[in-house]
Amino acid sequence: MDISVWFFISSGLFLGWSLGANNAVSLFGTAVTSRMIRFRKAAIIAGVFVVLGSFISGAGTTATLTNLGGINAIAGSFTVALAVAISITGMTRASLPVSTSQAVVGAIIGWNIFTDSPTDINSLTKIVSSWVASPIIAGIFGFIIFKIVKNTVLKWKIHMLEIDSYTRIGLIIVGAMASYSMGANNIANVMGMFTPASPFNELMILDFYNISGTQQLFLLGGLAIAVGIFTYGNRVMKTVGTDLYKISPITGFVIVLAGALVLWLFTSQSLEIFLLENNLPSIPLVPLSATQSFIGAVIGVGLAKDPQSINFKVFGKISLGWIIAPITAGILSFIMLFFVQNVFEQKVIQHVPYEISDSVIKKLKQDGIETEQISDLVNKRFLQNKIFKYELLKRHPYNTEQLYSIFRYAIIDSFRIDSMLVVRSLSDNLFSDHQIEEIKRLHGESFSHKIDFDNTVFCYRNQWELNGDLLRDKNISVKKNLIQNIFRVTSLNKAE
Amino acid sequence: MFLKKTKKLETQIDQYLDLIIKGGLIFKLGIKSYLDNQMESFEGHLKDLRKVEETADDLRRNIEIKLYTRTLIPESRGDVLGLMESCDKVLNITAETLLEFSVEIPNLLPELKNDFLEIAESSISCLENTVSGIRAYFRNVDAVRDYVIKVQFYKKETNKIAERIKRKIFKTDNELSFKIHTRYFAFHIERIAEESEDVCDKLSIATIKRFE
Repeated sequence: MDISVWFFISSGLFLGWSLGANNAVSLFGTAVTSRMIRFRKAAIIAGVFVVLGSFISGAGTTATLTNLGGINAIAGSFTVALAVAISITGMTRASLPVSTSQAVVGAIIGWNIFTDSPTDINSLTKIVSSWVASPIIAGIFGFIIFKIVKNTVLKWKIHMLEIDSYTRIGLIIVGAMASYSMGANNIANVMGMFTPASPFNELMILDFYNISGTQQLFLLGGLAIAVGIFTYGNRVMKTVGTDLYKISPITGFVIVLAGALVLWLFTSQSLEIFLLENNLPSIPLVPLSATQSFIGAVIGVGLAKDPQSINFKVFGKISLGWIIAPITAGILSFIMLFFVQNVFEQKVIQHVPYEISDSVIKKLKQDGIETEQISDLVNKRFLQNKIFKYELLKRHPYNTEQLYSIFRYAIIDSFRIDSMLVVRSLSDNLFSDHQIEEIKRLHGESFSHKIDFDNTVFCYRNQWELNGDLLRDKNISVKKNLIQNIFRVTSLNKAE
Repeated sequence: MFLKKTKKLETQIDQYLDLIIKGGLIFKLGIKSYLDNQMESFEGHLKDLRKVEETADDLRRNIEIKLYTRTLIPESRGDVLGLMESCDKVLNITAETLLEFSVEIPNLLPELKNDFLEIAESSISCLENTVSGIRAYFRNVDAVRDYVIKVQFYKKETNKIAERIKRKIFKTDNELSFKIHTRYFAFHIERIAEESEDVCDKLSIATIKRFE
């Protein structure tokens, strides 16, 4: 591996470190500042569970972030991560509360604007609405859990010393839960932008356990967060913890539990499947701000205790920070990308070609997008986003969502169906014999557009069509992704 | 398993509070023996009370060390230790009062015998309810208020009885020194109730803090 890769990844690791240092206070701040748990113990628990969470369950939220902006050049990822890290450090120094997730999203949009890549409005809406929803849900959880604890546990006439012991154990358990959820949820912020440009190859351990390049990145990011907790978490706890988190241990337990539950709700793929199985609306897997969830929970508990005790002015100031963070990171990301590209002559985007084919036009028409004015662009190849976007907008004032769809359909991809790969990679458990036979029959066919591949491979039978049954649709989408990834000709496959 | 040490400490705190109750009961018996002029029995009670006081002191120190070294109940341990130390002070007052009876051997008028029995009863009720309030603080915070109200009630009763004793004694034709001496003993017994009420005030604040 090129040594420069480590240099580029260093900004992600720096970001992970600062995330760990800043968020340790949310996970174990109450426990440590109230002297219920020693910092060393708390840091070990938090570190271990953050690494486990990011390694085991980090994939869900990363997919959403990758949809928002697929930064495909490592110098681009480096610059975006550095922009986030700098804006977080700057805002923290200015005593403004800051959320890593928001800064990351802002910086990715900065990259999209700089590289003229359209932003997926759907993913953005999902993320932004989750930011609004998460503190509200955390507040509701905090309110309910506090009421339950007050009206049950505190009425059971348990000795104060026993409550103390239970609270200690509770703080460790919810702290570990919160660390796991934070690792799983926030690893996307730290390493998400490196995944499309992951420099790691798959690693086989003892011939049976496979660690993907993305998982290796997540492990590295998780370790960076853990190092942040160990090296700087205590200092942040001492400064921030004593003001904001000076709460009784039981209240602290309720807050961490509520915050951890919210992080878990927006991270767990198992929960998503459970909800879909029961025909319930699923919760989007989105990287949240841990601080935001915990502050939501603090307000919920405050309302349960005494609504008049909440200082909404302070809350307003905190909320303002949540708006400033993504904007600052976005602007900084844009400026830094300009310098990295033009002064240091680094490639911040790996240009991919776009071509509007007849099938693309057909698909766009199906989606209700105006195509008449762009018919002259059919079969013309564009090597730069900027020019392609310019040509499109010159002909019709497409909105961001429409542009995103055109870019998504017109991107030149490369697929080749190989019956050997079908035998080797398609499991009998997931696919029916019939489905496997259908794909095998297409042996040797190749496609330059994803929609052509989809039209040929998936539109033969009704079994591939989405019909509104949430769980079935989700399974079909997973299977489709799997098949696309198997037959996609990447640079690695080409070398073989 | 993990609660073994906690349970042991809980038992020690309960034992400590038992000793305070025991001290109060011995005090009442001691006063009764004195008023009945059973000096041998009185001296026995004084000896018992001093022993209880010593044992309570040792136990309190032991509890203090455990609470601090194991960083238990970090938010409340200051309050808990404060309450225990204040209880200890009340117990010391009971022992000191009996000792003063033993040393000064006051000549109490027979017509004041019932008043002295009553004031001892009322003061110790104050102490007993304070201890019950502290027990409630550990297990059932909602009940603390009931005990605080009882303590306030008995403290007022004690003040009334003390006042009655003082008025009665100063209405007699005895020497002023005799009157002052008798008043001094009523005042000492009254102090048990006064100190108990102070403990209760601390208890009320500690209870409010537990809800924070």
